Amino acid sequence: MNKVFISGNHAFGEAAIRAGCSCYFGYPITPQNELGEYMAEHMRAAGGVFIQSESETAAINMVIGAAATGARAMTSSSSPGISLKQEGISFLAGFELPAVIVNVMRGGPGLGNIAPSQGDYFQATRGGGHGDYRTPVFAPASVQEIADLTYHAFDIADRYRTPVMMLSDGMMGQMKEPVVFPEKIKELPKKEWALKGRGDGPSRYMCSLILDVMEMERHNWKLVRKYAEIEKDEVRYEPYLIDDAEIIVIAYGTTARIAKGAIKRVRKDGVRAGMLRPITLWPFPKKALAELSARVKQFVVFEMSTGQMLEDVQIALAGKADIMFHGRPGGVVPTPIEFSRIIYREYQKVTKKDK
Amino acid sequence: MKLKNTWPKYYKRDVVTHYCPGCGHGIVHRIVAEVLEELDLGGRAICVNPAGCAVLAYLYFDFDVIESAHGRGTAIATGVKRSRPDLFVFTYQGDGDLSAIGTAETIHSANRGENIAVIFINNAVYGMTGGQMAPTTLIDMKTTTTPAGRDPKYDGYPLHITEVVAQFPGVVYAERVAIDSPTGIRKTKKAIAAAFQTQVDGLGYSIIEVLSPCPTNWKQSPVDSFKWVSEVMTTEFPLGVLTDKRSRKG
Repeated sequence: MNKVFISGNHAFGEAAIRAGCSCYFGYPITPQNELGEYMAEHMRAAGGVFIQSESETAAINMVIGAAATGARAMTSSSSPGISLKQEGISFLAGFELPAVIVNVMRGGPGLGNIAPSQGDYFQATRGGGHGDYRTPVFAPASVQEIADLTYHAFDIADRYRTPVMMLSDGMMGQMKEPVVFPEKIKELPKKEWALKGRGDGPSRYMCSLILDVMEMERHNWKLVRKYAEIEKDEVRYEPYLIDDAEIIVIAYGTTARIAKGAIKRVRKDGVRAGMLRPITLWPFPKKALAELSARVKQFVVFEMSTGQMLEDVQIALAGKADIMFHGRPGGVVPTPIEFSRIIYREYQKVTKKDK
Repeated sequence: MKLKNTWPKYYKRDVVTHYCPGCGHGIVHRIVAEVLEELDLGGRAICVNPAGCAVLAYLYFDFDVIESAHGRGTAIATGVKRSRPDLFVFTYQGDGDLSAIGTAETIHSANRGENIAVIFINNAVYGMTGGQMAPTTLIDMKTTTTPAGRDPKYDGYPLHITEVVAQFPGVVYAERVAIDSPTGIRKTKKAIAAAFQTQVDGLGYSIIEVLSPCPTNWKQSPVDSFKWVSEVMTTEFPLGVLTDKRSRKG
């Protein structure tokens, strides 16, 4: 098993190819261009399809077309481009078509900037497009995890017939780390539902237009049952030094890496801090947080946003613990020292209460 | 000569149409089903439906169909065809779908020379939403959003998208036809057959624009609306082959 030194954006591409993704469609946008470029070079060489589309909208619709035939398909973009894809993501959800969408987030709103940010949490975890649906969201915090989770995302997409989002940011995309890639997949899952022409059998159609409201309602509840299964079985998180922790940080992706540095720093001074890092943002590790709140009464939420995941933490803790939020939106990447100061300050509250 | 009235193999039986009396969609649907049968393509055909009146075409088409978001038909068709080049892929789109909200997808799929066929129904109006101005609405024509008639200074001019894409090297066959008469219907069938054969031969993109009546939204009788296609619409949108590069590539 070879270790390779590779950037996050390239790792998304390589992992997808190894997961059997045979169709990639995308449009240039910083800071994820290296992903499309990697696919241009390697997807065609691997016998797959690469198209640089005329827009993000076209790219996601090409994904719909390829996914409808049963192919593993992917697109990628950064925040403004992901907004453009939302129409197509809603259709994927309605059609119940599997696909993987990579978002390498940048500062916003609007055109914003090209620096790392986590401002698209709401959009990613609340469906993002129109209509009643959810999208599983994975938030890698290392290039190795980009490789592993992207590979896994294709399985989740196929198993539940749903679009899956990889929620990353400019730092994750641009950063290089040593990675061991999963083996190339040998056999892809059979997809009886895929359109392949009727042959001698009955014709089929794939549509999201359901004019009969009762039938549309049934379709909505069917999706909900699927989402409930995902919430039950697919939650992922990483506990970090939580066993003896009196203060717990909740952070994901880049912010979680920085928070780890901060926790290591404060631990040297005897501060019993730990972290619960959500790996799936939807489904959110609500249960794990609720359980922690029985013992730990001080939580700190770090985000590179003005407070989006914060709301999920509030829901999960349901008023049973104090939450302090510290956010750096707009493309600012915080430092471990900055986080450690917050942890020190909040920890004092805990120790004062104890006295 | 014996008159034949056979039912096309790839056209569903015993369904009630949702189209208005005098609507052109039913005629073009039948032509499509007949051509698929004659070229033996129905078993491996995938049609991409538009948003618009023909969104329900799968109720009648007896071959595989996927619906598209408004205007995205040729992007979806691109994904299907590139993923499965062995399938026969075509879109069925209206004027609002193809030449307003889907203009970018139309132009770029054409410019890439995707090996797909496009059936473009031009009835100069948004049908399903109740008769608003389309890009193809004629000058002075009244619609619900041009109540005093289309004023080119205010609303712009009728868009000739088939002429636009016909000049692209990647567009192998483009023709405008009208289903305004038995002759027009026969010519339409011939044009659609030519477009489908173009894809079978692996030559590239083809588009057939069909001038088609919408009596409900034109507020005309079916008979008058067919006459209007012949006498008025064809003066703005002249019929004929707009490009034929089949021999070049063949």
